[in-house]
Amino acid sequence: MSGEASKTISNAVLWGGGRSPLSVSYGKLMIWFFLVSDALTFTGLLAAYGFARHSLGPGMEWPVGEIVFSSFPGLSGTYPLMYVALMTFILIISSVTMVLAVEAGHRMDKKGVVKWLFLTVIGGLFFLSSQAFEWSHFIHGSHARVTLADGRTAFLVENPHHGETIDPATFAMTIGSTQSEEVVKGPEAYKLYQSAISVVSGANMTENEYGPTSYANFFFFITGFHGFHVTTGVILNIVVLTMVIKGVFHRRGHYEMVEKAGLYWHFVDLVWVFVFTFFYLV
Amino acid sequence: MERDDIIEYSLDAGHSEEQGRVIRKKILFVTILLSVITSVEVLLGVFWMDIMPNSWHWVKWVFIVLTMIKAAYIVMTFMHLGDERRNVRSMILMPYVLFLMYIAFVLIWEATYIHEILKVFL
Repeated sequence: MSGEASKTISNAVLWGGGRSPLSVSYGKLMIWFFLVSDALTFTGLLAAYGFARHSLGPGMEWPVGEIVFSSFPGLSGTYPLMYVALMTFILIISSVTMVLAVEAGHRMDKKGVVKWLFLTVIGGLFFLSSQAFEWSHFIHGSHARVTLADGRTAFLVENPHHGETIDPATFAMTIGSTQSEEVVKGPEAYKLYQSAISVVSGANMTENEYGPTSYANFFFFITGFHGFHVTTGVILNIVVLTMVIKGVFHRRGHYEMVEKAGLYWHFVDLVWVFVFTFFYLV
Repeated sequence: MERDDIIEYSLDAGHSEEQGRVIRKKILFVTILLSVITSVEVLLGVFWMDIMPNSWHWVKWVFIVLTMIKAAYIVMTFMHLGDERRNVRSMILMPYVLFLMYIAFVLIWEATYIHEILKVFL
């Protein structure tokens, strides 16, 4: 913990008031300033997202996170938000291992720092690969949106995987929404599907099966920008971990660099807490 | 010219084995709290609509309050901002919170207006 400097400071470098008003090192203050500016960027993004969602015109509905994100890797069926919750949990735990690394650093316990920092890197990599799964699932889609010839909207009960052909016998669509009770099945449904005006499967920058175009755009931008931060954080942690193993900080007499990398890593976790709430839950 | 940025505050940042134990206990407490809050949020998101439909705006506010609690614990305990001098804390938080409140107010206000306009003309 860095509290007020307890050491007697030479008169030559004292501030006017007799003691430093901030009592933090230059590097730590600067990483805080950087984090504030980065927080402003994310605030801007989330506020823009709120603006787009709140100003939506009539007849359009913003997709519900519990319905869009309901798959779990390796399992079939729907598990609303379970995987995102797991990702959030992993990121929180990696934040905890980071704070434990900082704590070990304060005790000059090199072994402890190496152990906790290594676990933090593993947590970060797990989160990144989970995000890769989320993105690929989001882009591929699970219920293609079909605009039928009579103007109604239908959704495939199951989106065919890449290279799979549709079997008319088992083909089924729900009318109106993915949760609708109104289902059409079999070859007749397939005929409707073939005469459809348009089929939107998955998501890209111009259209998506979930809802307004801006929904997918905000998903890509906000989670992408956050993922970029996680990537940077993992690289930063690996660099610091290497330096810890080499004993650079032990020779320096303090592990403040771990603390500074930790601040960035906690910030990444903090941003995800907000992205999770505003993008997935609300 | 004398420089005041060369004082190694970082050298004073250490703590003893005993203090470490207290700090680790606090970290464990915050970990459990954050996990519980996250689980509550997910359960609310999944089950609220089945139990009480047509009250989604209430659960939104519950989410926002729970998120604020989580954020406060992360910033104050994990990022150690609670242990810094008050000057540092204010310098970091005040400008940011002011800007946050401003931009959130302005954008939501304008979005509501645009929504009303679109209702008339679309």
